[in-house]
Amino acid sequence: MRRYSPKKNVQAKAKYTDRFWVAPRVPRGSVEEGSYFAEVLETLKESGIEVLESFVELGQLVIKINPEQNVETLKTLKEKSCVKMCSELSAVDYLAQDGEFEVFYQLLNLDKAQRLRVVTRIKEDQAIESVESIYKMANFAEREMYDMFGIYVNNHSYLKRILMPDDWVGHPLLKTYPLQGDEHASWYEVDKIFGKEYRDIIGPEIRDTATIDRYDTQRFARVGHEVPFGADPELVDKTKTSIEDGYSKTFLTDYTTGSKELENRR
Amino acid sequence: MAQHQVNYASSGGLPVVLTSADHLINWGRSNSLWPLTYGLACCAIEMMASGASRYDFDRMGVIFRASPRQADVMILAGTLTKKHAEFTRRLYDQMAEPKWVISMGSCANTGGMFNTYSIVQGVDRIVPVDIYLPGCAPRPETLQYAVMMLQKKIRRQSANMKKNQKQRFI
Repeated sequence: MRRYSPKKNVQAKAKYTDRFWVAPRVPRGSVEEGSYFAEVLETLKESGIEVLESFVELGQLVIKINPEQNVETLKTLKEKSCVKMCSELSAVDYLAQDGEFEVFYQLLNLDKAQRLRVVTRIKEDQAIESVESIYKMANFAEREMYDMFGIYVNNHSYLKRILMPDDWVGHPLLKTYPLQGDEHASWYEVDKIFGKEYRDIIGPEIRDTATIDRYDTQRFARVGHEVPFGADPELVDKTKTSIEDGYSKTFLTDYTTGSKELENRR
Repeated sequence: MAQHQVNYASSGGLPVVLTSADHLINWGRSNSLWPLTYGLACCAIEMMASGASRYDFDRMGVIFRASPRQADVMILAGTLTKKHAEFTRRLYDQMAEPKWVISMGSCANTGGMFNTYSIVQGVDRIVPVDIYLPGCAPRPETLQYAVMMLQKKIRRQSANMKKNQKQRFI
């Protein structure tokens, strides 16, 4: 719940002060002795994998490792700890914060119904080894990670964009990528279909869906002042067409001159 | 004795319809508009519903075709991604003249709620649109009304398509 704030004189103030709701930190617990998670950590230790940090979060074991040991870790988990399924694999952009990506592997032990997350941090221009040989789903998931974040995956069988078109510029899930697209994205379909010289003719994207421009005779037709497509904007004010022609009278009203219908509505 | 007296003399004794060529051609065109089945997102469900027995698009002469070569109307039903825009334009180019486009739903009209990097902000950026059909998603009755409006438009046009002002530059 939001913290209580005095409601006096509330209308004069902005309604919400928190720009973004900050989620409370999920409590982290330690691994219990003798549990399955303790066994997993023991197995990893025996296999010579350096576990940087480990804790239990929301009933899931989180293991932080070095990026060089990701294949080895997952192989050990699959073969020795019976973690048969990798349900998700992707990255989180912490570039602004730490200058690093966090690559995570969400794993599931189907026999014991236990979930584990293997987490590793890589630098911006650092590549990571593919885990496709261990979990087949990594093929698509790593392609998506490459597509969305631009993280290269070594020894991947077919590292190619999966969601965006092949000739797309930029990686959309980076925090630095603008939501409405960069220069390349906003002209993508025009450049591709018609060529760059058509940019001037088609014009920039209209991002405000409430835009109305009565003098734009290509995109808008003003009711009662219809002119041919692409006619001179000056004609819009000069032309007067009858509304009855083609439209129902009760449905449309000419707001400039006013009418009985408009009076009734008021 | 015939119930309705027919003056056969007016047409030389023959059951001939006398009208201008424009009317005849437009009558033919407007009463058998065959749309391309082009469902892109949830609007396609409404488009399918209008084609099915409850709303019965067939009675207007609207029969969905799976090939652009046989289609007169392209009903763009749904969200058009930038990745797919190229293929939409190709399908439009493959349709034989005369051809019309109905942009169905908010996403096709303006990009709708997808004010993002990957969605085409209005299909009129890539194909010339005749009828913009608002709604999210428009009900089958609305789509049928749009087709009726298109029929009305066709009947008012010249049968010679070159005379009609269209967005030829796109």
